[in-house]
Amino acid sequence: MKPNDVILHSVTKVAVFIILTFSIYLFFGGHHNPGGGFIGGLSVASGLVLLYLTFDIETVRRNIPVDFKKVAAFGVLIAIFTGASSLLFDKPFLNQAYGYFNLPIFGKTELATAVIFDVGVALAVIGTAVTIILSISEDG
Amino acid sequence: MIEIFKIIIVALILIGAFLSLVAAFGVLRLPDVYTRNHAASKAATLGVLAVLLGTFLYFYMEEGQVNSRVILGIVFIFVTSPVAGHLISRAAYNSGVKLWDKSVQDDLKLKEIAPSKKRQ
Repeated sequence: MKPNDVILHSVTKVAVFIILTFSIYLFFGGHHNPGGGFIGGLSVASGLVLLYLTFDIETVRRNIPVDFKKVAAFGVLIAIFTGASSLLFDKPFLNQAYGYFNLPIFGKTELATAVIFDVGVALAVIGTAVTIILSISEDG
Repeated sequence: MIEIFKIIIVALILIGAFLSLVAAFGVLRLPDVYTRNHAASKAATLGVLAVLLGTFLYFYMEEGQVNSRVILGIVFIFVTSPVAGHLISRAAYNSGVKLWDKSVQDDLKLKEIAPSKKRQ
């Protein structure tokens, strides 16, 4: 009997948007509030896993054509290169800089290079978590 | 903080705690999976919603901050918790868990007789 998953499908479409919005909030709130790259990446991964649970793996893979092993590798690369970029300015490895800028919409905003490191952490966490779950779930 | 809001907040949080307690009693006392799930998904959802609403109002009146995460949590639980209950009940029914002996109605039973016709 083919199951009729209309309720699950329609609620997932709403819930995934809430989860992804909240994870972006967690990611950007990480400098002054609880949150950051790790938990932001994990909640993005949980949203993706909810998609994989609701729709089948092939459908999601067709719509999000991303190889998550490469995402993890790319995240580690970003983290290493932001660490290494401080060597160009005669500072020690993983040194960070920040400054205040006047952006068009946000006004006075603090921009720090730690955010780019956090992007690397988040991508590594997303890639690792989704890769683990996908390779467990596949047959053979 | 205005007194009337203190009373409203206390009432909301106590109602939420009481509804969660009722849900826990329902899970313990009711006879089969479906009635237990009925108690847990409905009463616990409303209980958690009332507690969250009380928390939101407390921080809004006390410190003047609009905590949008709590609103988001209220919406999220309100959307997802009944669906979780629905899926648990359906998984139980499809794996053949019996209804309580005194149940009088089972609308899905007639459809289960000819499952081969539904396989398209």
